[in-house]
Amino acid sequence: MSAVIAFDDVTLGYDHHPAVHHLSGEVPAGALLAIVGPNGAGKSTLLKGIVGELKPLSGRIRRPDARRRDTAYLPQQSELDRSFPISVFDLVAMGNWGAIGSLGTLGAAGRKRVASALAEVGLESFDRRQAGTLSRGQLQRALFARLLVQDAPLILLDEPFTALDQRTEHDLLALVARWHGEGRTVLAVMHDLDTVRARFPRTLLLARDPVAWGETGEVMTSANLLRARSISEAWDEAAPRCDAPEIAA
Amino acid sequence: MIFDWLIAPFLDYAFMARALAGALAVSLGAAPVGVFLMLRRMSLTGEAIAHGVLPGIAVAYLLAGLSLFAMTIGGLVAGLVIATLSALVSRLTVLREDASLASFHLVALAMGVLLVSVAGSKIDLIHVLFGSVLALGNGAVLLLAGSATLTVVVLALIYRPLVMESYDPAFLRAVGGRGALVHHLFLALVVLNLVAGFHALGTLMSVGMMILPATAARFWARGIGGMIVAAVATAVLASVVGLLISFHIDVPSGPAIILVAGAASMFSMLLGPHGSLRALRTPAWHRSN
Repeated sequence: MSAVIAFDDVTLGYDHHPAVHHLSGEVPAGALLAIVGPNGAGKSTLLKGIVGELKPLSGRIRRPDARRRDTAYLPQQSELDRSFPISVFDLVAMGNWGAIGSLGTLGAAGRKRVASALAEVGLESFDRRQAGTLSRGQLQRALFARLLVQDAPLILLDEPFTALDQRTEHDLLALVARWHGEGRTVLAVMHDLDTVRARFPRTLLLARDPVAWGETGEVMTSANLLRARSISEAWDEAAPRCDAPEIAA
Repeated sequence: MIFDWLIAPFLDYAFMARALAGALAVSLGAAPVGVFLMLRRMSLTGEAIAHGVLPGIAVAYLLAGLSLFAMTIGGLVAGLVIATLSALVSRLTVLREDASLASFHLVALAMGVLLVSVAGSKIDLIHVLFGSVLALGNGAVLLLAGSATLTVVVLALIYRPLVMESYDPAFLRAVGGRGALVHHLFLALVVLNLVAGFHALGTLMSVGMMILPATAARFWARGIGGMIVAAVATAVLASVVGLLISFHIDVPSGPAIILVAGAASMFSMLLGPHGSLRALRTPAWHRSN
């Protein structure tokens, strides 16, 4: 199968410190990949690198024949302004940007897409509600509806199920499974290891350095998890340059 | 009687008619821009840029006197420079945009006041700081109308990405919307309307026509479209009432307009239907589902 994303010895980070260190590998089309690791392991940074929000410090992230609108990205929720006056319908309709841009009209078909996306996430009658009045779980459902409207072949989710009740998590996981069934590629940053074991065929275990990447069962061994924890605790403000001769050697 | 009080001044005096036309043009451009300033939590940015245009106007005044054209160009240049500089500083250094703007605008304001007072009389300084909507010439009215027209057209073109960029900039970036371009176009609109408003209301008052109608509008509408309508209506009301008060009891017109807008804003905070103090005090009841 062809690769949707290929990492060539990628290092991503801030202020010259690596957050993702020397990652290489390929994500094949149609993969359902969990990205796990301790806090500060570079999971969100990796997603930012894939969408192009962050340029690699070294190495390359290749996206063969991907257009901008082929990627649907759901960042962590905390960044949205709860007092902003936008209706749930308009929030979900933002997913049409790739199709209509700044001046196109939504049209009957677009409205129908938004309405059916709202229905699929269980928010049928919420279209006129203000997004700021939604609970955390309802807002996450609305953001998933926006992903549905985007209809992208590659979907990136950053901690999509954190702080959700079981029913919401269950409903949204069903959507992820459906996307997988439709042949879309889904990458999700995850914290709940049981969910990863039950629902994600493949896993990337990251602790700044890639610890393991492959079949979930083979990656999530206690030895690997222990290693991931110890690697990410090391932090050296004055660490030498990674390409210095004695280190590269 | 009512006719004499409300309508006749605008019919009988050409300067009142021009003042009304100018103030209405300012309302049409500045109020919608103000709504977005408020929603983007940039109200103080508007304030800072308003003061930042002063040295440009002062330099133009030194070179060309009270020339409409020169002062407009000077104000636009200074406003764009200060907006760009503070954006650059916040992007390249650890200083946040609000802090860098605050430092730039203080320097600019001091420089502008110094320049104007060294060169001109007190009357001129007062004209520059507080404007003189009653002395608008035909050229100035046309300029204000042009600025309002341009503002409405550009806002219409960037409305959707501007809303998205205000609410969820990360999303717009991820889907390839030109968020930075939208942000800069919006800042340019802020500068344009502040400079246009300067001719009518002066550098210190012109930002009032952005912020006050917008804060009033917050309490009258839930959605952004409704807020824009309410803000323009508030600004128009403030223009008409402020000019009439200024005419009848002989007080300066710029501050009168801004005070009426301020009163409308206070009134809305107390009694508006959405999120006001009254709404807070209304006895609670709830639907069954």
